Amino acid sequence: MLGKTSWNGTSAGMKVQCNSVPRLEDVALLRGEGRYVDDIRLPGMLHAAFVRSPHAHAAIRGIDKSAALALQGVQAVLTLQDLRPYLRNERLVVGLPSPSYKQERNRPALAGDETVHVGEPVAIVIAGNRYIAEDAVALVMVDYDPLPAAVDCRAALEAGAPKVHNDAPHNLLAEFGMGYGDVDRAFAGAKYIFRESFWQHRGGSHSIECRGAVAVHDPMADKLTLWSSTQMPHALMRVLVDMLGRDENQLRVVAPDLGGGFGPKLVTYSEDVVVTLAALITGHPVKWIEDRREHFISTTQERDQYWEVEIAVDADARILGVRGSFIHDHGAYTARGVNLGHNSAETVTLPYEIPAYKMTVRLALTNKVPVTPVRGAGHPQGTFAMERLLDRVARELKLDRAEIRLRNLIPASKMPYTKQLKTRGGMQVVLDSGDYPKCQQEACEKAGWDGFRARQEAARKQGRYIGIGLANFVKGTGRGPFEGVTVRIGPSGKVLVYSGATAMGQSTRTMLAQIVAEQLGGDMTNITVTTGDTDGIPMGIGGSNSRQTVTAGSSAHLAAKKVRHKAIKVAALLLKAAEQDLEIVGGEVRVKGAPDLKIGLGRIAHTVAGTPGYSLPGEVEPGMEATEYFVVDDMAYANGSAVAEVEVDVETGGVKILRYVLAHDCGTILHPVIVDGQILGGTAHGIGNALYEWMGFDENGQPVTTNLGEYLLVTATEMPPVEIIHHESPSPLNPLGVKGVGECGVVPAPAAIMSAIEDALTPFGVHVTRTPLFPAEIVALINKW
Amino acid sequence: METRKIGVTVNGQRREAEVETRFTLADFLRQQLGLTGTHLGCEHGVCGACTVLLDGYSVRSCLMLAVQANEHEITTVEGIAPSKTELHLLQEAFRDNHGLQCGFCTPGILTTLIEFLRENPDPTEAEVRIAISGNLCRCTGYQGIVAAALDAAKRMQGEKRG
Amino acid sequence: MKPPPFHYHDPETVAEAVALLGCLENPKLLAGGQSLMPMLNMRYVLPDHVIDLNRVKALSYLRESGGALEIGAMTRQRDIEFSDLVRNRCPLMHEAILQVGHRQTRNRGTLGGSLCQLDPAAELVTVAAALDATVTLTGPKGRRELSFAGFPAGYMTPALEPDEMLTGARFPLWAKGHGHAFVEFSRRHGDFAVVSAAALLEVGASGKITRASVTIGGATPAPIRAREAERALVGNAASSTLFRDACESCGKIEAVGDVHAPASYRRHLAGVLARRALEKAHARIEGRK
Repeated sequence: MLGKTSWNGTSAGMKVQCNSVPRLEDVALLRGEGRYVDDIRLPGMLHAAFVRSPHAHAAIRGIDKSAALALQGVQAVLTLQDLRPYLRNERLVVGLPSPSYKQERNRPALAGDETVHVGEPVAIVIAGNRYIAEDAVALVMVDYDPLPAAVDCRAALEAGAPKVHNDAPHNLLAEFGMGYGDVDRAFAGAKYIFRESFWQHRGGSHSIECRGAVAVHDPMADKLTLWSSTQMPHALMRVLVDMLGRDENQLRVVAPDLGGGFGPKLVTYSEDVVVTLAALITGHPVKWIEDRREHFISTTQERDQYWEVEIAVDADARILGVRGSFIHDHGAYTARGVNLGHNSAETVTLPYEIPAYKMTVRLALTNKVPVTPVRGAGHPQGTFAMERLLDRVARELKLDRAEIRLRNLIPASKMPYTKQLKTRGGMQVVLDSGDYPKCQQEACEKAGWDGFRARQEAARKQGRYIGIGLANFVKGTGRGPFEGVTVRIGPSGKVLVYSGATAMGQSTRTMLAQIVAEQLGGDMTNITVTTGDTDGIPMGIGGSNSRQTVTAGSSAHLAAKKVRHKAIKVAALLLKAAEQDLEIVGGEVRVKGAPDLKIGLGRIAHTVAGTPGYSLPGEVEPGMEATEYFVVDDMAYANGSAVAEVEVDVETGGVKILRYVLAHDCGTILHPVIVDGQILGGTAHGIGNALYEWMGFDENGQPVTTNLGEYLLVTATEMPPVEIIHHESPSPLNPLGVKGVGECGVVPAPAAIMSAIEDALTPFGVHVTRTPLFPAEIVALINKW
Repeated sequence: METRKIGVTVNGQRREAEVETRFTLADFLRQQLGLTGTHLGCEHGVCGACTVLLDGYSVRSCLMLAVQANEHEITTVEGIAPSKTELHLLQEAFRDNHGLQCGFCTPGILTTLIEFLRENPDPTEAEVRIAISGNLCRCTGYQGIVAAALDAAKRMQGEKRG
Repeated sequence: MKPPPFHYHDPETVAEAVALLGCLENPKLLAGGQSLMPMLNMRYVLPDHVIDLNRVKALSYLRESGGALEIGAMTRQRDIEFSDLVRNRCPLMHEAILQVGHRQTRNRGTLGGSLCQLDPAAELVTVAAALDATVTLTGPKGRRELSFAGFPAGYMTPALEPDEMLTGARFPLWAKGHGHAFVEFSRRHGDFAVVSAAALLEVGASGKITRASVTIGGATPAPIRAREAERALVGNAASSTLFRDACESCGKIEAVGDVHAPASYRRHLAGVLARRALEKAHARIEGRK
């Protein structure tokens, strides 16, 4: 049964906004006319492949390129030594600022005399085609001296553990705490205290398109252009400026069509830098396309967290405090920052009134691929910890799991609600809007929560084990500080929109065009959107944190309004009409009720483009353009409640999700169908994290899941019917009232599903303390092996 | 470098080329014929992004050598629409049901469904899900794709009835 | 992930193919490509020569002869799937083939390719063991028949001489009215089985089981026949209790453990799935009454 969506919003009065308009992206993509990075072909282009470390930790004694260079069709083999003359700085310094770093671990452009994870790039081969490049990679002789590796993040922090980096005193990358209130007192006086240990693991991005880069050097302009499958072209350019010692005029970074991103593509990688240099050094355009095996071992991912947490409650199951600690696997380098650990710790208490909280976080270096956000970015883990704690309290106190949550959820009457926590940027966490109890009630009602016990009993009589689970989440979205948008009307009459926002499938072009069209004529086909190009707009941040509709959408709205205001003002002068009598329809400004009195937008643009010697009409400023960098510091908090119904085959451990309901609030909904699509995609990913995805490494740091037959992504047959209930609590923090939605589907899924599995297996006394959970483990839990 | 001359009919057009014998069909289509609509997602036969029709039957083009296509007919995503200005009913259904987001898996799903709907013009939802179970999508959660396939089936049946 | 360099050959007759096998160094036979091409792309195999069998038309056949199904090595899995002959006369194979990969896999994949890849989790391999198939191996000296039980020389290693190739297989058919079931546990639809079980039953007029075949796939280096279970079944009246007791021995096989499923779990599944397969096979017999 296909899921259904109910939407309590309205598009009354809106021309395009808040309507499910056709996407601008679709026709080209459906025809196979998308232009992804691997579709870019340039004359004389060569192809690259990387030599990658086969060891989790090794010293590099030497690199012999001779056999590789002798192979016909090989143009060059470059190592760090070859790149040095072109590098002002050898390391990618990208870490988000934090006072808690204990050591700096930045990636080198290529490994020098030490390699610290399987898959780390050691050399680049450039050849006539990728086949030959791979032949040559096998001929590059690297003299490795294997070293002990630290693999488990807990073991890495123990005294005497092998050092991830030879020159490091230890493997603690960062340590910090967060909290508020008097936690010790809360626990000391508590009627009940329960303790849990969790293992939480997330996996990789596995966008269907892997990474890629095409670079070309224009010797006449001395300009390097890099097309990269990046979610953050401006950040990438800043790294190139820093490392290559070139200025912004000499560099351009463009994100072409992206076949998905999901987080890891926001990272700037060694490969981006090296491919760019390869084009400069060889004088040829160079293309590198990551293959799936490389994606497993060199694209960032999320992995393990080990939690120890306690919850203190009073006799009425009201939470008095939560405290604990967790260890987070950071991988071998800092490719983003300490934000994942921060997000997980920050999220734990968000939906609930919790008077005291303390969480200590330790980030451990390990000899594995660096860890950076994957859709959800640490929030699923914080949510899982809190929701499992609540389930524990409910079970021990023999209370209904929905009831205990209602007793502790922040009520709508207390919004906006200040949490005594700070975001990683030092902003106070203020939950701006939302009705958490109502969402939970609606989700439970839709899912038939109250009647479930009877259904469960009936099923048990038939030898079937079904269960139901609930999870609430609150997630900060729309991370600032800005995303700029330029709106310009050219003499053609076309509305041109430029933004630092980047599209990766989430309909950025349609979103921006929709918002601008609302102000400028309502015809989305008259709007051209350019995103992800450092030549298009000078400053940009890009896609992450479910931020672009909040930031870029708001900037687009404000810029479009400015341009609208000017267009009407100039048109009023030219048409000799009153401004309030004018409207913009399609590509024209016209008098309401007298549509023959009109002037085209292009004509207006001509007029304010300036004619030598003639003054501009009405003292307007030149040009029909506005650039807005709408600044937002506080995050807009989205929320939701998920209810999962599962059936467990107690003999095989197989889990089937029978039904999944999500009541959700992402503020104003600009495009209901696109919002649903984001939630459904996130839910699928969350189901994957709960039941299927595991990025495995053995005790030597060798990855053991390196293809899509071993690492399992959800397919159409594993998806349950998903029902979405929308609420709209407009955020007061931006002019559109929107909140982010891209990651929200993934956040509650593992918690809700584990809660349901545990519920189904109540007769066996199974207690679930991990995600993911696989059939073999379920059978072991049931049989108490 | 060992090469062979091959003759293949691609999207109704006869193409002759000299190919390296180890070149995959996917790379031949993308690089030598410039038909970049067929995408590579895994190159080990799991993701289905590279699916094309070989004599009307869906195959993973990453698991075929170009030389194996000699004297066969290939249909890629570029050959689905009836013209440069019209879309196939299946493509229209995808557009109208939000059956794609980033579009990278889409060509492989379209070719898979062309074969499936030809052989199963009136499928159930469960049958559609099984039909596309060999195509991975990380963006959509499949719901929009399934809705598009069922909608396309109706449209295509309607067209047959005229 | 691109294939390494090799010399490509596409013979048109079995004789040519065998001759090439005999004279080339380090060759690999290419059938449907669904196993070999991923290995080539990942460079897990580095053959000097690839002998493409897709033009050897003589290797594609599917017919009933002398109480058995005779299937050529290059017969596409798709053709097996849509064959009325297979569905009617060898329903076990029909049920199994629907679980082999996906449509795209079966459109190219072949019987011979699957049998020679000899993945113990492969459905067709398990079916061959269940039906006591014989394989036809052709070499420079001619053809020989080998019972399938003797075909696996080791894990994913067929007992083929270097200059020999599998050209066909023969699947003896069970009497009309027999019960069949192919049951597998896999993580997702179309995945390789973690463990599979194939059951065939014949029940006599007296209501007692006259013939039984129980095969476990995916748990051991090659699919195994649960002989102890079969012995426990024959001569007894079918019942849930009988099936459960008989399959206890299946739960004691020496199973293989790997990073994806520990041995203890595979053993456990073997017992569960064998029992479920027997119940399903029996239900089919009862259902026809």
